[in-house]
Parts: sequence; structure tokens; C-alpha cells
Amino acid sequence: MGQSLAGGGSASSLTPNQPTLQFGRAPSSLRARPRIGDPLFKWATGFFAVLIAALAVLIMVEMAINSKLPFAKFGFGFLSRSVWDPVKEQFGALPFIYGTAVSSVIALIISVPVSLGVAIFLVEKAPRKLSNPILFIVQLLAAIPSVVYGLWGIFVLAPMLRNHVYPALQSTFGFLPLFQGNQNGLGLLTAGLILSIMVLPIITAVTTDVLRAVPGTQREASLALGSTRWEATLIVLQNAKSGISGAIILGLGRAIGETMAVTMVIGNRSQISASLFDPSYSIASVIANEFTEATSEIYLQSLIELGLILFFVTFIINMLARLLVWSVTRGEGRGGHA
Amino acid sequence: MKNNKLRVTAAVLIVGVLSLALVGCGSGSTGGANSEVKLQGAGATFPNPLYQKWFSEYNKITPSAKFDYQSIGSGGGIKQITAKTVDFGGSDAPMKDDELKAAPGEILHIPTVLGAVVVTYNLPSVTTDLKLTPDAIAGIYLGKITKWNDTAIASSNPGVSFPDTAINVVRRSDGSGTSYVWTDYLSKVSAEWKDKIGVGAMVNWPAIGTAAKGNEGVTGQVKQTPNSLGYVELIYAEQNKLPYASVKNSSGEFVKPSLESVTAAAAGAAGQMPDDLRVSITNAAGRDAYPISSFTYFLVYKNQDDQAKGAALVNFLWWAIHDGEQMTKPLLYAPLPAEVAAKAEQKIKSITYQGKPLRTS
Amino acid sequence: MPSVGRRKLLDSTMTVLTGLCALFAVASLFFILGYIFWGGLRGLSLGFLVNSPKPIGEPNSGIANAIVGSVILIALGSAIGMPVGILGGIYLSEFGSNKFGLLLRFLIDTLTGTPSILVGVFVWTVMVHPMGYFSALSGGVALGIMMMPIVARTTEEMIRLVPQSLREAGLALGAPRWRVTLGVVLRTAASGVATGAMLAIARIAGETAPLLFTALGLNYMSTNVFQPMASLTYQIYYYAQAPYEEWHDMAWAATLVLVTMILALNIAVRLLTRNRHQQA
Repeated sequence: MGQSLAGGGSASSLTPNQPTLQFGRAPSSLRARPRIGDPLFKWATGFFAVLIAALAVLIMVEMAINSKLPFAKFGFGFLSRSVWDPVKEQFGALPFIYGTAVSSVIALIISVPVSLGVAIFLVEKAPRKLSNPILFIVQLLAAIPSVVYGLWGIFVLAPMLRNHVYPALQSTFGFLPLFQGNQNGLGLLTAGLILSIMVLPIITAVTTDVLRAVPGTQREASLALGSTRWEATLIVLQNAKSGISGAIILGLGRAIGETMAVTMVIGNRSQISASLFDPSYSIASVIANEFTEATSEIYLQSLIELGLILFFVTFIINMLARLLVWSVTRGEGRGGHA
Repeated sequence: MKNNKLRVTAAVLIVGVLSLALVGCGSGSTGGANSEVKLQGAGATFPNPLYQKWFSEYNKITPSAKFDYQSIGSGGGIKQITAKTVDFGGSDAPMKDDELKAAPGEILHIPTVLGAVVVTYNLPSVTTDLKLTPDAIAGIYLGKITKWNDTAIASSNPGVSFPDTAINVVRRSDGSGTSYVWTDYLSKVSAEWKDKIGVGAMVNWPAIGTAAKGNEGVTGQVKQTPNSLGYVELIYAEQNKLPYASVKNSSGEFVKPSLESVTAAAAGAAGQMPDDLRVSITNAAGRDAYPISSFTYFLVYKNQDDQAKGAALVNFLWWAIHDGEQMTKPLLYAPLPAEVAAKAEQKIKSITYQGKPLRTS
Repeated sequence: MPSVGRRKLLDSTMTVLTGLCALFAVASLFFILGYIFWGGLRGLSLGFLVNSPKPIGEPNSGIANAIVGSVILIALGSAIGMPVGILGGIYLSEFGSNKFGLLLRFLIDTLTGTPSILVGVFVWTVMVHPMGYFSALSGGVALGIMMMPIVARTTEEMIRLVPQSLREAGLALGAPRWRVTLGVVLRTAASGVATGAMLAIARIAGETAPLLFTALGLNYMSTNVFQPMASLTYQIYYYAQAPYEEWHDMAWAATLVLVTMILALNIAVRLLTRNRHQQA
């Protein structure tokens, strides 16, 4: 039925030259009823859409309201203080910001090259028959729960790192303060490594979308000028630059919010130290560990203020990422969340 | 065709899922109509193995009252009972005065058992049990003693050869009664510790080692990581076949943690116990006393809000300090000394509902 | 300008390198899954699946209560998240092509990106604390809040895929807008919407952080939503950090059960939509 029925009234009058749709001229049998259906429908569904949106605002507002005490006591200095002393009621966010930031950066340093490699392979090199299953398998990595990554991290990754990888790192690069000190498998570097596997799927998926969205003409033009396939790929990458940045930033957003896997392998120590082998603490981890036990009000609210900081950072990162990805894909593709 | 299959599958899944939700809500209301009383507790990991045994046994003999206890740490126990999100809390750390003031009602400390906080370690090359002095322990946890072959450790263990490796110190990451007992002991034996760090379930630890959640977590980390040292409740080290050290007590004797040495530490306790039963027995006097021993408590409100729950709670507490004490020894907790049990009985009898005691005998 | 030979060598090198990256990614999954399978099978038994936890040292411990608990929590989360999400998604697609819709979409995407631990903190503040007890209900609410934005956006995307001609056909026949949307558009998009819902279920099935302060955990079998409830994820978290070998085995076996559930959902969705993607 390729024709669109335009005009109102009876279906028997086919007027293909009238492209505009006029509704509201229902058959007389319906005209007498009060027209509450449509506005009611709009309001009802609108209510739910607004509800979801409002929850985002509510969460932020609730956390802001419940951060009054530490904000009054420490102000913005909370961000630069590095003491976390529940006994003397002195709190500061710096160790957790440090742990969150460094573990996420480590994750990106490792996963970005690999993700780019995978995405390039899938889009440029592999035939569709191979690339779709591979993409699916990579996405299954994202489906594995965080707590399972943590479990695997404690019993498989950490011992492996402690017994084989870290000693090698220490003997080769031990002159750097990054790799000095006692290593026992649980710490900042291990957390970063686990996070790298966890963000790999999202960076790969979004980069794949972004690369696919680059017009084929770019590739073809380059090839026509005599470039190798790799050089044509470089042109495509150039085009997709902002989208790829968006993908990376999305991965960052995922990494900083990760809770369970990080809590189980990061070592849970709220001190900043130079060595990557040393235990550390992330914002999400300290909330997970200490929230149910924060006995004093200011202790609890300091944890909530940490959550607020995390919320803002995630918010800004996600917003930035979406803008960058959107600029390349223009709404095609999955919209940037896994 | 495939579309239909998908729709049917999805529809079945969604309907099944939603109906389960209804089942969940439905049984919620019928659960209330039952005569079964459910009580929720949470708190200390220190006595958790024993409490799980207690509740499992008690649920068998009193099916009308179902108890559950979640091992989340003494800090959690104190916090949740104060917030009244649980019916009773568990803590080795007695509540501080300002914590008690912050609670919406009077909270009673009911001592249940005695336990020992032991120094456990993972040193594959050393097969004999170690002896440690208070100075050595304080030095390790202050971060001043960093290697296993330090003289402070070696001097009390003649003949043992220690590796030249760093000590991986493990402590608690959560608000812990076990940490409270530990820091309480360290404050008594080290002026530097008392001055710099102090006593608490959650303190500002020196920059040492790693932290883990619960007695379970610390034991797990020590077990997994060579050259580690940590403090845990005795049963955790025993059940996981980890060695633990003898500690020099205030009389100068190296005492191994055991039922007997813990009981010896509590020997003088009844005499010193204040009315609210909050007492510290670390570094106790006595030749055979193990210096890092502690009571652990149930935290309950003196005035109960719900009669059925209150009665069930009181009956359980009574059972615990009488019949329950029979089950403590196999799990390496020491039962309450008779005088302390008598005081606990008084406290249990003082729990009321609307002014009337829930238990008179 | 480097020689042609050099450039060709670079090209083939890059092909190999990127292929290795893909291999690494695929191998990681199989490595992790393999370990879960191998470690989990050891502890898996019929008793494990039908018994509830026993104190340490006693035999026949199991996670039956955690399996039931997870199912109930997911059901509650879906009961809350799916209707709200689907109806919200309908609004976004049918009435959301204006500035207001843009704002809504932006806020909804913000909720999607919110770390799950913060959702748990939120639900503790507004439900658990005022109510005075931990409950499966609050756990379900936390999971539902996480589900809503995901379902809303996928619903919106699926509905947008429905050709305008179908809408026009329905409207031209005189049906009111809401009738057309529900009866024609939603019906057509139903399989896609259901796919989105199933993926959202798979997503929340693996969540632990929002349950830490809401549903807590429970050591016996229960279906009462007004008290704490065990869940597979919470038990895995708890057992993993404990020292007992038996609990480690149980953690791996529970992981096997959980991951099987989640992967089965993902694969089922994938298989069932393969046709549709090929047509589109």
C-alpha cells in the first residue's frame, strides 16, 4: 500500500496531490465525544518522561542538601584536603580524586590503543561476516557484571601480576618512583588494569559506530589517489577525530563511576603515594565501604559530598562525550551509551 | 515469522518477570499476616561465625522467630541500630558517649562472648610460631618497622631466620570493632600511637599496607599475599589454618591466644565493669592473660517498639547467654564469666515494652 | 616520500597489529569466561542450587535464596522501570521533538550515566532511612531507577524507526492520536521495545552497588519484599572477600549462575533480532 491517505473524511476519496495531513475531522459518530483522549495521552506519557528526567535532578539535589555540614566546615577546600580522619572529623576529597583519576587514566592508556585497533580492524579490515560476531563478543565483555570482574581480579589477575608482571616491571623501571615500593598485587595499577578491560567494549563500540559513519567517499578518494589501505584509514581517522575523542571520554566516564571491581582490587587506602603499586582509594569505593558505617553526621555527609563531586564530574564528562560523538554521527548509530 | 517468535518470547519473559514482582509483593503482605516474627541484625564481623551458628540453631528450636544477621562491621552495627534500620546491632567497640546521645532511645550493651584479636601472618619460610612484643607490633603499625628481619622482631625470636622482605601490613577498611580493640591495645602500650592516632573503630591510619573489609577480608588478604601481617579474630586465623603470634603481656610473659588466656584476661573484668557494661580488657593484668582480648556486645534498645519483636529478641538474648554459651568453645570464643553473665541477665530483664519488662525471670 | 614498498609494509603491519588487538579482546572474554566456567563448575551441584546458606563448616550450603532473591529484585526493578521507561519513551518519540524534549532527553541521558553507587545512596536517603528498614522493595526501586532511562531511550529509538506512513494511515482512518500510537505504532515497534527491555534487564541483573545500602543481604530463604533480601551479586561480593575456601568456591559457582543468566539474555536478544537488522 504505497499510497498515503491524505485529507480527512471518508477513505474513499483518494487525493494523492494533497501531501499535508489533516486530522481531527473524524467521522460524525465520534465527533460528539469529548476529546480527552489525546491530551490525556500526552499528559500521561509526559508525566513519566518528566519523572525520569526529574530523578536525575532529584538525585543531585538530595546529595547537595545532604552535603551542607562538610561544605560549611571545609568549603571548597574539601577538594584539596588530603586527610580522612573520622575520629578527629577532618575530611578531604583529594586522595579519592587522585585514586579515581589515576586508575581511570591508566585504564585509558591501555584500552584506547587496543580499542582503536579493534575498531579499525572491524571497520576497515574485516569482512562484515567476521566483524559482526567479533563486535558482539566484545560487547559481551560489557555485559559481565562488575563484581565478577572484581572476583576475577582478586583470584586470577592480582596473583598473576604479583608473581610475574610486577617484579619484572620493578626490576626494569624501578628507578621511576612510579614502580617503587612494596607490591602485593592489590593497588592502583591493578585497578587501572581491570578498568581497562571494562572500558574496552564501550570505546570499541562507539569508535566502530563513528568510523562507520564517516562517508565512504573519504576512503575511496584516498585510495583513488594511490594510498595504501592504512593511509586511507588514517584519513578516516582524521575525519572521525572528534567522535573518537567522544568515545574515549565516554570510556573515561564509565571508568570513574565503576564501583565493585575497583573496590575489590584497589587496596582501600586513603593516602596519596607516588608508586602505582601502592594501594589507593576511589570515590565510588570509599562510599561503598564506609557508607553503612558512617556514625557521625558530618562523616556521612562528607561521603555524600564525595558522591556529589563524582556526579558532577560524570555529568560534565558525559555531556562532553555526547557532543563530540554526535558531531560525527549526527544521530545515526547507538547514541553513545552501551 | 521471526518477529512473532521474538514478540512471544519477550512477552512471556516480561509477563513472567512482572508476575514474580507481584508474588514478591503478595508474600510481603501475607508474611505480615503470619505469626512468624522476623528480626534483622547487623554489625560486627568479629563474632560472625558464632552468631551464624547461634541463629541457625535458634531458628531450629524456635521456628516462630526468624533471625538474620549481616556481617558488615561494628561501625555498621552502631550506625544501623542508631538509625533504627535494624532490630539489633553487633559491636566489639562499645558505643561512645556522643554516639549513645545521638541515638533516639537508650541503647543497652549486652555482652555475649569473649574473643581474641590475634596477629596473623603469612611467612612461608618461617615454620615456628612467632613471639611479638608490644613495641614490635606498635612499630609495625606505625610504619617504623618495615622489614621482617628487623631487630625488634628478630630479638624475641632467637634462632628464627627472617627474610629481608617488606612486611605487607593489612588493616581494616571499614569501621571495625576489631580495629577498636586493636587501637585500644596499641594506645595502652605505645604512647606514640596514643598521641598520634588514638582509639577508634575507624582511625586515620599511618600510610602502611593495604586495607580490607571485615575480618573476612583481612584474613583473605593475609592468606593470599606472602609476607603479610594482619590482626583478626582468633577463629578466622584458626579456620583458615593461618599461624598467629604469641604476644608479650603486661606481666612480661609471651602468651598464646586461646580460650584459657582470653578467659584469664576477663577474670578481673566483672569487678571493673561500669553499670552500662562497657569495659576494655586489653592489656589486662595477670600472668596468663592474653593482652588483646575483648568482649563483644549486642546493641539493643531498652524500650522496644514492637511487642512481638521485643519478646522474641529478649528470649533469644536469654537463650544466647545461657544455652548459646555452650556452643562457643568449639568456635574458639570464650563464654562469659559467671559474674558478667549475671550482669547481662540484669540488663536483659530491664528491656521493656511500654514500660513493662518483657522478661521477668 | 617513503617508498611504495615501505608503505605497503606499514599497511600489512597495521593489519596484523589491529588483528592482534581484536584477537586480544576476544581472547580476554574467553579467558575470563573460561575461568568462571572452570572455577564455577567445581562448586556447582544440585544442592548448591536448592539449599540456603549454612554456617561455615556445615555441609550442604547453597545459594537458593540468592537466586530467588535476584529474580525477585530484578522483577521488582522491571515492574517499576519498564512501564515508566516505555511510557516515557513514547512521549519522547511522539511529542519530544521540541526544546523541552531536548531538555528531557538530556536529563534522562544524565541519569543513564550516573554511577550506580549514587543511585543506591539516593534510595537509602529517600526510602531506607525514612522507612526505617532495609528492604527488597527499596532495592527494586534502585534497580528500577537504573532501568528507566535505558528503556526510555531504546523505546524512543525503536518507535522512531516506525515509518511515518503507518501513523498517517491510522490517523487518516479517523483514529485519535493516542489510539494510533498505542495500537499501531507501539505494536509495530513491540519487538524492538521488548529487545531494549530485555537488554536493560540483563544490565541490572549484574548490579551490586545499588543493593549495598538498600536490599542488604539475607541468610535464609525469603520472598518478603519488606525486609532485606539476598542476591547473587551481593553474595558473590561477600564471599569473594572472605577467607574460607568453601566460600570462594561458592562465589565462583554463583558467578557461573549469574553470568550464564546474563549472557543467555544477551545472546537470545541478539539471535532474535538478527533477522530484523538484516531487513532494516
